[in-house]
Amino acid sequence: MDELTALTPAHGLLPVSVGALRLEEVDLGIMTSVAPFRDKQKPVSDALQSACGLAYPAPNQAVRADDTRIIWFGRDMALLCGIAPDPALASIAALTDQSDAWAGVVLQGVGSVDVLARLVPVDMRPAAMPVGATARTLLGHMSVSITADGPDRFIILVFRSMTETLVHEVREAMEAVTARKTR
Amino acid sequence: MRLTCPLCGERDRREFYYQGEAVALHRPAPDAGEDAWEAYLHLRENPAGLRRDLWHHEAGCGAWLVVTRNTSTHEVLDVVMAQDERAGA
Repeated sequence: MDELTALTPAHGLLPVSVGALRLEEVDLGIMTSVAPFRDKQKPVSDALQSACGLAYPAPNQAVRADDTRIIWFGRDMALLCGIAPDPALASIAALTDQSDAWAGVVLQGVGSVDVLARLVPVDMRPAAMPVGATARTLLGHMSVSITADGPDRFIILVFRSMTETLVHEVREAMEAVTARKTR
Repeated sequence: MRLTCPLCGERDRREFYYQGEAVALHRPAPDAGEDAWEAYLHLRENPAGLRRDLWHHEAGCGAWLVVTRNTSTHEVLDVVMAQDERAGA
């Protein structure tokens, strides 16, 4: 039979560089949404702590240890990235594999905040979004998760089917920001 | 217009979906009678002044919120999680 080859969501679209700005795809590994059952957030956090050394994050926070991340993902939900969850966790939280549902891109470089300011209705400057902060918000018309991963470095997660639109929107903003700087 | 989501903080109106008067949290009992059910389904106040509405933080955390605002001054006075409102009711 045919040899099937898995393609990443942004295959053929990225990376894109414009001036000092760069947009590239990032593979966060296995992604699982973890939604603790009622009154189970503490036990879920303890279980995650012993499994990967990271506690369940507070709202608008993302935690990281090497390639494992837990990103706050909304009301009573977090996204565990990089490792598969312990199956025993399923007794106290709803676990859903999201690996193929989301595309991850990284926007980095001086001016990244200016790019996002054109697209996102949330203040992304370091004072409001220090490293480790995350937000569920809009980018254009798309629901996204944006995490401040480092200085001038943001991880943007979007529904996989919207990857091409995301790249288009962000690239246009990158070009506009760069054009204004170099004039 | 900006609403302060108890989870996410102050956010732009674009992130929210408006559902209407916050009656869904106070559903009548199945045997409450025709008058109570008619009021619940069809009758809405249209006050000039304070009102309480349900909003969904659709593009944010996904929480349902009860927003108290003043239709005369456009002032937003209070935002609480619908789950807390229900627990306290």
